[in-house]
Amino acid sequence: MKNVLATKRGIIAVGAVIGVLASLLQFWGNPANMGICVACFLRDTTGALGLHRAAVVQYIRPEIIGFILGSFVAAYLFKEFRPRSGSAPITRFVLGAFAMIGSLLFLGCPWRALLRLAGGDWNALFGLFGLAAGIWIGTQFLKKGYNLGATKPTYAAAGWIFPIIAAGLLVLMLLNPQISGEPQSGVLFYSAEGPGSMHAPLLISLVIGLGIGFLAQKSRFCTMGAVRDLILFKQTHLFSGLAALTVAAFIANLALKQFHPGFEGQPVAHTMYIWNFGGMVLAGLAFTLAGGCPGRQLFLSGEGDGDAAIFVIGMIVGAAFAHNFGLASSGAGATPVGIKALFIGLAVCLSIGFTMRESIKA
Amino acid sequence: MSNTVDARGLSCPQPVMKTFDQIKAQSTGEIVVLVDTDTARENVSRAAESKGWAVAAVEPEDNGYRITIRKDG
Repeated sequence: MKNVLATKRGIIAVGAVIGVLASLLQFWGNPANMGICVACFLRDTTGALGLHRAAVVQYIRPEIIGFILGSFVAAYLFKEFRPRSGSAPITRFVLGAFAMIGSLLFLGCPWRALLRLAGGDWNALFGLFGLAAGIWIGTQFLKKGYNLGATKPTYAAAGWIFPIIAAGLLVLMLLNPQISGEPQSGVLFYSAEGPGSMHAPLLISLVIGLGIGFLAQKSRFCTMGAVRDLILFKQTHLFSGLAALTVAAFIANLALKQFHPGFEGQPVAHTMYIWNFGGMVLAGLAFTLAGGCPGRQLFLSGEGDGDAAIFVIGMIVGAAFAHNFGLASSGAGATPVGIKALFIGLAVCLSIGFTMRESIKA
Repeated sequence: MSNTVDARGLSCPQPVMKTFDQIKAQSTGEIVVLVDTDTARENVSRAAESKGWAVAAVEPEDNGYRITIRKDG
């Protein structure tokens, strides 16, 4: 019954392992300060499927497949697989889409924000402050009774659908393998240059993804929950995992000579601090209203949570819009239309927070 | 007679918030919390202990768990 990974020491160990592995993934070929980025990697996967055509960010990221399948295996092994769905799916879809749009304004999810900091990219501080601000806004809604309603148990087969989709992506990769220097192989797109072209070998990425998925499912690792529980309950449990990830990645980066402090010229980053902050306010609010950071949503989808899977599909659609409409930032900075999307996203998420609450008992 | 908090099917952090609401309402005695995931079971137990409540029993029930927490006056 005792779950060692869900103890304080357990969550610290898991955070540290993720931090070191993320740094190693960069060493083995993933983009700088992007050993793991759930938002970026879902975006790259979206591009590989041709759902957006930004040529520099197209690659099915095996880490994402591993996260879902690793969690699926852990859930089955420890009898925690609970097929469930039905808690406001359309709302979660919209939250996922705007979480992605906010993340791509900043250029990273909370995991990458921590990894950017651990690599010396001080712009990440504005993103992290924004994340905390967005989560704080979310906690105000939670205190006022915000609630998307309960899930219902469903068929085991329904819980299998998302893990099978993840396995299907791996099959697609194996049937349409990357051809060096070519932008396309069969039905899949592969970046010939840019961040999408930088990746660790498929097998390494997949195995590390599976390992992290397994550990994170058991430890309930969540970067948004870390900050939320600190604000809402003054609990440091999840936060200690987040801190361990950052410190471990920093030490590993020093050892691998991947630490380059500064604001200017940071990899896949821009220096427009207002929009680094603003993008993550939107993402943090959307994650809080949906009950988990993007990594956690992947792990939940692996253990049978169909609503978390809908959130992830929302992120994929959000990534497609972000690149097709030019909302995503680049090294040059945020785009005017991306800034408009930020305010639309904030208006939508605030409306969700204000309107979807249980009637409060007097 | 103990009060029951039904937190089945709710996303994080609702099960913990509902447990805290009930703890605030009665300060001592016994509370039964119904949850349907292992994450919620761990979170509710951890949260109750942080407020000085003892986890008296965790029993499987339906598709989840029935957690009994207790604090003597």
